[in-house]
Amino acid sequence: MELKPNEKLDIKELLKDLENYRPKRRGWHWRDGVGESRKIGKFNYYDTSESLKQSQPLPAAKYFDSIDPQPQPVITTEIASGRFEDDIRRMRMAAWHGADHIMVIRTAGQSHFESLIEGTPQGVGGIPISRKQVRAQRKALDLIEEEVGRPINYHSYVSGVAGPEIAVMFAEEGVNGAHQDPQYNVLYRNINMIRSFVDAAEAKKVMTWADIAQIDGAHNANATAREAWKVMPELMVQHGINSMFSVKVGMKKGNICLSTVPPTAPPAPCMRLDLPYAVALRDIFKEYRMRAQMNTKYMESSTREATVTHVLNLLISQLTSADIQSTITPDEGRNVPWHIYNIEAVDTAKQAFNGMDGLMSMLELKREGTELGDKVRELKERAILFMEEMLESGGYFEAVQAGFFVDSGYYPERNGDGIVRKIDGGVGVGTVYERDADYMAPVTAHFGYNNLLQYGDEYVENPSILVGGTTFEDPSKIIYIDELDETDNVNVRLEEVKEFVGTTNIKPEMEWRGDGIIHITMFLPTDIRTAEFAGLEMAKKMNLRDPEVIHKEVMQEAEGTRVEIKGRLDVTIDTTKLVIPPKPEELSEDELRADIASKPMKIVAATVGEDEHSVGIREIIDIKHGGIEKYGIQCHILGTSVSVEKLVDAAIEINADAILTSTIISHDDIHYKNMKKLHEYAIEKGIRDDVIIISGGTQVSNELAVQNGMDAGFGRGTKGSHVATFLVKKRREMENEN
Amino acid sequence: MRREDDFQVRREHLAKMTEEQLENRFWELAEKLVDPIIDLGYKNTSPSIERSVLLRMGFSSVEAKAIVDNAIDRGLIGKGAGHIVYRLAKAKNLPIREAGLLLVDNTHWDEVKAMFNGGAK
Repeated sequence: MELKPNEKLDIKELLKDLENYRPKRRGWHWRDGVGESRKIGKFNYYDTSESLKQSQPLPAAKYFDSIDPQPQPVITTEIASGRFEDDIRRMRMAAWHGADHIMVIRTAGQSHFESLIEGTPQGVGGIPISRKQVRAQRKALDLIEEEVGRPINYHSYVSGVAGPEIAVMFAEEGVNGAHQDPQYNVLYRNINMIRSFVDAAEAKKVMTWADIAQIDGAHNANATAREAWKVMPELMVQHGINSMFSVKVGMKKGNICLSTVPPTAPPAPCMRLDLPYAVALRDIFKEYRMRAQMNTKYMESSTREATVTHVLNLLISQLTSADIQSTITPDEGRNVPWHIYNIEAVDTAKQAFNGMDGLMSMLELKREGTELGDKVRELKERAILFMEEMLESGGYFEAVQAGFFVDSGYYPERNGDGIVRKIDGGVGVGTVYERDADYMAPVTAHFGYNNLLQYGDEYVENPSILVGGTTFEDPSKIIYIDELDETDNVNVRLEEVKEFVGTTNIKPEMEWRGDGIIHITMFLPTDIRTAEFAGLEMAKKMNLRDPEVIHKEVMQEAEGTRVEIKGRLDVTIDTTKLVIPPKPEELSEDELRADIASKPMKIVAATVGEDEHSVGIREIIDIKHGGIEKYGIQCHILGTSVSVEKLVDAAIEINADAILTSTIISHDDIHYKNMKKLHEYAIEKGIRDDVIIISGGTQVSNELAVQNGMDAGFGRGTKGSHVATFLVKKRREMENEN
Repeated sequence: MRREDDFQVRREHLAKMTEEQLENRFWELAEKLVDPIIDLGYKNTSPSIERSVLLRMGFSSVEAKAIVDNAIDRGLIGKGAGHIVYRLAKAKNLPIREAGLLLVDNTHWDEVKAMFNGGAK
């Protein structure tokens, strides 16, 4: 199976023969070519990595030779709509935009499930992480990484009460990154702390064997604490515990990534609070990797506000460091993330890093005798004091039991509202068993006491010989389960949307194929509460099913409200039945030049009416911008705010073949009114049949321009070659008529 | 517990340290906190760990869960679930997978228990 850029990824084909699929590779991949400066397009970049073979550049790239510089950090996108088959398509789109770390969120409740989940049941807020889904997604990414030309890291969670088994399955299936932090289980999933740590040792050992990069869970304290910036000392402690625990199990520091979030957001002066923390963390953990996450704690439903906060987070990454730059979709505060917002978030990171390239070659953080330096030191001291008190209280478990963690006080201040977990409480309590003296496990990557000597010292270094090799040495031993539930699986779901699978039918979608969800934005000139209900009523009148207000924002209490609504549009279109006008024709450069050389052409051009814009017309005419001058057309630009009369008179004076006008201002249809006036004045002067008149501008449509007397109208996206082609063809046509 | 911020008092013993010394202190404390937990992991096992061993030995998740549950019910988990399967395979001269499948059901467990001295530590 191979992907072609202009063909959809065939999910049914992907699922074929999955039981025999083996991943191409194992282990985490950092971007290649980091630390080298490189020339991309017209610019030298200092902070990029190798470019992609195929990619989707930023919208403005068209002004810069369509370059798509790839930043240094691995860029993460978190995907999990609940249907893995739809997530796969989203992964491909994200990879084209520059994501090379695809993090798959687990469905709610999986962390309390003893054993692996099998098959492809639908999830809530994520997918149930099963072998089949992992294998299908890894298989898809193996194809997608070939397509874009960069290895893609696939990632999910090794947590809950099935951590070690999930780690084994991930190692077998070529998963490259995973969250693993027993503290997360304890604090946020109420899993018994003894069980959580005992499991974690085994899981980390397996991850180490598979070269899986680990991300910890400390940042969740930010999202949970009442005032996120006050838990900074504790965050460092949590990072420290998981990092040290991992090192003691045998994991290399280069695979241990700290999940760190700038804790604050505007209107707080967040840079002054977040930067010292970022610096202190990178001081203490200099041998480890930074996974810079974006702030979610202070996200509301405004995607604009979230994006600004996230750009400030990216500035922190640029001012300090990030090995992995995670992204948060700006719609997380309003819905389960949509396709388009995954792409927006990835682009936000790429765009900001492109723009900040080389910034630190010009700047330096001042620490000596500054607020920054003082704060950095203070944070380190507060973290140390936190750990000293933990030890005084009897160690980690006792400290958790005493409610040390996620207290809203800025340590050593305490507010007594921390999360309290009991040593003898929680899910899975009493399920830890002491290993007997003759305990033995004949497998690779097993942590802890293992009495292999009882069978011979040749097994101590390589226990798997006892069983003729494990699945790690011989993947053919893996037992693959396809489906366990006949009604809740991918085949049933694909059958439900078969109208849209491999057909030419399309329906709008945000999360799942055929969901019909669309998004509308309106300004309603009324107060916020009235606007909400008026908006819903309008959505109903538009025949939207399940309309829901997902964002509202006061412009001014009485004057009006911005309302954003989602709803389902039950409209399916067969794309083969559409009447699509042909793309504008373009003669080749050589043909255009030859035509003009054999018969010179003169034009006059201006921005007409009360319009001072001249960028558009220069783009079309100026040789520097690839305009029509380059084909040898003689151009006379009269300037801006030129009257229709003056323009026609100038055309008569130089005996021009054509008149080109530009209009940006479209208020009250003034642009079309001017076209009509121009056409009529040319008739009055008796030259209309001998001169080509065309009009351009961002708001101009060909149809309406022609209706208003023009020979053609050119809108947004027009290039000089389009206009030159029209002029040459129109002149030939007029000559034939004569 | 509620407490005012007494940072200035508490930090006295840290005030003279260089930042490098502070960082070293941080890691010493982290190690002290973690060492006893690592020891716990070294000496103990759990149902998930044992299931993960069986997965690596070539059993499905469903089979692994059944074998581990049976071993716990019979007080044999401290021997290691993989160990039990291995021992039965040796005794019966069976491939590992065939021996394990016998333990998915309730049969053969009495035999296994006897092999491990009734589960004595």
